[in-house]
Amino acid sequence: MTDATDVRNRTKELLAAHPPAGTERTDFLKARFDAGLAWVHYPKGLGGLDAPRTLQTAVDAELTAAGAPDNDPRRIGIGLGMAAPTILKYGSEEVKQRFLRPLWVGEEVWCQLFSEPGAGSDLAALGTRAVRDGDDWVINGQKVWTSSAHVARWAILIARTDPDLPKHRGITYFICDMTDPGVEVRPLRQITGEAEFNEVFLTNVRIPDAHRLGEVGEGWKVAQTTLMNERVSIGGSRLPREGGMIGPIAQTWRERPELRNHDLHQRLLSLWVEAEVARLAGERLRQQLAAGQPGPEGSGMKLAFARLNQEISGLEVELRGEEGLLYDDWTMSRPDFVDFTGRDAGYRYLRSKGNSIEGGTSEVLLNIVAERVLGLPSEPRNDKDVAWKDLAR
Amino acid sequence: MTTQSTQPDLLYSEAEDDLRAAVRSLLADRSDTASVLVRAESGTPYDPELWKALAGDIGAAGLLVPEKLGGHGASHREAAVVLEELGRSVAPAPYLTSSVIATETLLALDTETEAVAGLLTELAAGRGTAVLAVPLSGSHDGHLPVGEPRITGIADAAVADVLLVLRADGLYAVETANVAVEALTPLDLTRPLAAVTLDDPADATRLADAETAEKAVRRGLLAGAGLLASEQLGLAEWCLEETVRHTRERHQFNRPIGSFQALKHRMAQVWLEVVSARAAARNAADALATDCSDAALAVAVAQTYCSRVAVRAAEECVQLHAGIGMTWEHPAHLYLKRAKSDEIALGTPGRHKEALAALVDLQAP
Repeated sequence: MTDATDVRNRTKELLAAHPPAGTERTDFLKARFDAGLAWVHYPKGLGGLDAPRTLQTAVDAELTAAGAPDNDPRRIGIGLGMAAPTILKYGSEEVKQRFLRPLWVGEEVWCQLFSEPGAGSDLAALGTRAVRDGDDWVINGQKVWTSSAHVARWAILIARTDPDLPKHRGITYFICDMTDPGVEVRPLRQITGEAEFNEVFLTNVRIPDAHRLGEVGEGWKVAQTTLMNERVSIGGSRLPREGGMIGPIAQTWRERPELRNHDLHQRLLSLWVEAEVARLAGERLRQQLAAGQPGPEGSGMKLAFARLNQEISGLEVELRGEEGLLYDDWTMSRPDFVDFTGRDAGYRYLRSKGNSIEGGTSEVLLNIVAERVLGLPSEPRNDKDVAWKDLAR
Repeated sequence: MTTQSTQPDLLYSEAEDDLRAAVRSLLADRSDTASVLVRAESGTPYDPELWKALAGDIGAAGLLVPEKLGGHGASHREAAVVLEELGRSVAPAPYLTSSVIATETLLALDTETEAVAGLLTELAAGRGTAVLAVPLSGSHDGHLPVGEPRITGIADAAVADVLLVLRADGLYAVETANVAVEALTPLDLTRPLAAVTLDDPADATRLADAETAEKAVRRGLLAGAGLLASEQLGLAEWCLEETVRHTRERHQFNRPIGSFQALKHRMAQVWLEVVSARAAARNAADALATDCSDAALAVAVAQTYCSRVAVRAAEECVQLHAGIGMTWEHPAHLYLKRAKSDEIALGTPGRHKEALAALVDLQAP
């Protein structure tokens, strides 16, 4: 049984064999993966030690103290948070061996080809087609809101394999090669001025059947693994007090007494309390997971953070008054990831509008909480037993 | 890993779960909402048999008191669990006033003295109750009624055996029987309020000097405010559960009304706030239990947040029960009245926000 001491010893051995000062970043990360210290709860041989997830904290602390490079989780967030757990659960041995190491090391960035212009919150309505041709599947369709598509090497993809079945049952899940000549990525400029998202056009893209995850027609079930992990990963990190968006505005308040008025003060204090409570709720969720008592709270944390980010950043723009009328930079760029603190309040305000839309709109998440957590009855539906091809579009 | 140990423990221990189960089952047997209502209307809301079982048999009254004084040497974390259950059942019981505020105040005095030790032993065993002669609306960092001849709005004064009275020269224990107690008509029928007239009561026992007394009273009120958040949490939880149950069963327009998105979203929102309130209330209880330097901040955060959540959950409970929620027979009104009264008790959210502004250096203009 792997325990904290064992994990710490392995970390020390890794550091001794590959001193961070004299080792290339990716070489160190590969060695770390091979030592089972990438994600200790993953299986042996796949970057882990089959150990409890909680022991990762000890590894990370030891490596940070030694100045070891990390794998830049922000840049590879989709791969780490969504592709990896899905591959681990549904991939063949070959697929796991092929993809997990470069994914974790960051040599290969991933994106997620799920949403479509006609299938956003109603994701199961998607129309991208996958048709079997020998050992391959031939894909045609259009995806949208795809973060990181412009830097991604691989994508997780869901496509319709049987239009005659009801919409949830005719979907299959694939790994798509973004360098395939049939894949075209176009930047999609957003409200912030930058193009963090993309449209992706798929024209006769050939995917080998070996890159299918799960059974044919079981793609919706596989996608649930991805989506659950997407939402949980948002509440999972540990924040210090004032660690989120409340930090910059609190600092501005302290440093700039000339900006203060009573109305702003009352609103700031209320949001400070709510931010602190959301932080504590996230911490409680983390403690529950660590104690092996996962609760349904995860689905709620995203809702709380979305609203708080929007209200706090909106207040911050207002607090800045005359400066709030200005914007730092409208130049179109294509960033690798969202950098909330590297930009001005105006950017935070505009970008946080996406927090209640991306990864499930707040309205859909409230439905999920109401039905799955509170057990309230679902609204009557007329799309469940109808063949996808017969649905209104 | 020192970083680990400074994190508050926000979960419930197994012992706390067991305590919860015992208290919940007792309250379910002896204090269902129908009997709470009957008692409230009778003018004597307290059930002495229930108190004997809760305080004495289960030992809830002595949780904060060390074993050598006849208590259980537990902590605010366990007392908070008892308050969650009392909030969930709106049971009338002088737990917050006697077993938390008065007890915590006494524990901050010199417990070696016979008078203090004797009183604590009685309270811990559930043989007697004491209340601090301070208005329920007062806060730990606000004005204290030092030497005032008449103090109004004291919770549970009419049922307490002993009043703890602040005078200019110290803290005194006064037999309630020896002072004039005038019952007031409270908004919250389950927590009676009274005014007491204190001119020169016989047999007052001095417990502490002025400086010690004031510190101790503030400590008692701080602990009271921190644990009140747990009562508010339990109350909010009941309101949400009952509302969910009702809207699943109640049919209108040929559907359970709980299937309408307009209602579902409101209940999901309350759920999110209840989950958050739990983290805030646990944090306050843990900070008080570990006497950490953050306790005042944790209490201010929990009170600001949980007060609002309880009121909102109770208001949503009334609204989503619609006409039924407006009736005297349905218990929703008991919860709304308790929630609104709790919002003011031991400092309003606004008062706690003011305290917070100073604690986290976010000064007013």
